[in-house]
Amino acid sequence: MNLTTKLRRRLERDLTLEDLLPDELPAYVHGYVYLFGIATIASLVLLIFSGVWLAAAGPTWWHVSTLGHYINSIHFWCVQAFFFFMVLHLWTSFFQGAWRDGRGATWVVGVLCFLVGIGTAFTGYISQQNFDAQWIAVQGKDAMNAIGVGAFFNVLNFGQMYGFHIVILPVLVSALVGLHLLLVRIHGVVRPYPVGVPREDQP
Amino acid sequence: MSPKQRAYYQDVPMVPYDLIKEGLIALLVVLVLVCGLAALLSSPDEPPLTAQQVATSDPVTFLQTALGELNGTDSISTYGPPYNNGSGSVQSLGPISFQRLAGVRIPINTASDDVLGPLRMVAPLVPSVGSALQSFERAGPTQQTTWETAYGDALNKARVRGQSVLLPPGAYGPVAPMLTGLLNLGRAGLLEPAIDHSGRIYSTDNTRGLLFLQASALPVLAHQYHLVGTQWGMMNETGNYPGAAWLWLYTFWYQVPAFASSPNADVLVIATMGILTLLLLLLPWIPGLNQLPRLLGVYRLIWRAYYREQAAASPVSSGSAVDPPAGLQA
Repeated sequence: MNLTTKLRRRLERDLTLEDLLPDELPAYVHGYVYLFGIATIASLVLLIFSGVWLAAAGPTWWHVSTLGHYINSIHFWCVQAFFFFMVLHLWTSFFQGAWRDGRGATWVVGVLCFLVGIGTAFTGYISQQNFDAQWIAVQGKDAMNAIGVGAFFNVLNFGQMYGFHIVILPVLVSALVGLHLLLVRIHGVVRPYPVGVPREDQP
Repeated sequence: MSPKQRAYYQDVPMVPYDLIKEGLIALLVVLVLVCGLAALLSSPDEPPLTAQQVATSDPVTFLQTALGELNGTDSISTYGPPYNNGSGSVQSLGPISFQRLAGVRIPINTASDDVLGPLRMVAPLVPSVGSALQSFERAGPTQQTTWETAYGDALNKARVRGQSVLLPPGAYGPVAPMLTGLLNLGRAGLLEPAIDHSGRIYSTDNTRGLLFLQASALPVLAHQYHLVGTQWGMMNETGNYPGAAWLWLYTFWYQVPAFASSPNADVLVIATMGILTLLLLLLPWIPGLNQLPRLLGVYRLIWRAYYREQAAASPVSSGSAVDPPAGLQA
């Protein structure tokens, strides 16, 4: 069995370029609820850009530079925007029953994006080198220790948390978001629930 | 379009759409939004608490903390895994303690790591500290405990005058000059480097230094900022900033008395959150729960325009117009 051939045939069958970059979508893909996903991705892109800037300048730069503090503020508000839009996307996907018609994996990967996103934000708070970072670390350690992972994921170890925050978890979030997008494009957008038109909406 | 999608969309009207343009507009809108919020509201950055601040502003608390580390009565000396074999903060879920199973992986001896070790570094520079340290280490455990107890009692009556901590006369032996030496080390801003030094030129692990601060002034300051567990703790942030609102459910459990008063609060909360997270992950396959969106009916609001258009196009019934083709339904 040639795995390369198998993968190519699978992609040729399930993911055409037209599916990947469609220039038309079902008429029901309409309204602001369909914008929460793309707004989450836009926030993630800006998070990564501002984060790369902060990482390139070193972890103490933003405490002593006005420009650095502004870039950190952008990074901070990107985190807020990322979770704001992601939670709205999660809720609207729930109300749409977006896992229907074979989209269970898309839902699971989406929830994983949310969970790993929380871990990324958590390690970011700990990496700030300020009072919030100190307090969140000493509070968080008890929970980590209680489940037996405190020594392997030591929230009091700045070096380890910084590594998690700027490399391991962002790469994981980006990969999961990429996979989520790919699954959305492979399966298409879920259809509305098959119901009759509500009486009050009838012309 | 793949045959699968063609079949899925077979009776659905398609409309022109530009995903790339939508993405670029979203990027621009979010960029303007975050740049504006950053310019208007900035971001929190309260300076860290240091041992130097505690040693200078509250030397009695500093000395009480140091004494607790020396005589092993502080919370970390009796904490348990991963720091030592104590049992003061060991949690378990029913009969299982994951904390005990993981074992001691970051061995911490507070007397040696936080007090005696730093004083050994000071000893060559300050002979009086060196000789006090020698006397203390030569004495037997009973004698050491006698000195420590006397010093602890005296600290409760201590007065601060200027830079000095005045104690009533007593038999403290070498404990008084030793801890005064540690206080001076703290005031010089050298305690954390002395505690956290890794033996290598660079050190990025602050475990011991943070644990020392946790035993002194850190919780007091956190309470002032409304950051402790009973104040919705980790969800909050210093200043008037939104904080980690996405942790609301996790933090919520710590406000429930049954969890908050349990000695196993953390492991219980994490287990509860673990179950809820699994339910969320596996929602598509959980009978009943996966029908909730249909029962709640919010989808009628989300797709109201589409339903209306379908009704206009097919006045008799629009139900079939949005049914997926046979074989594609879950």
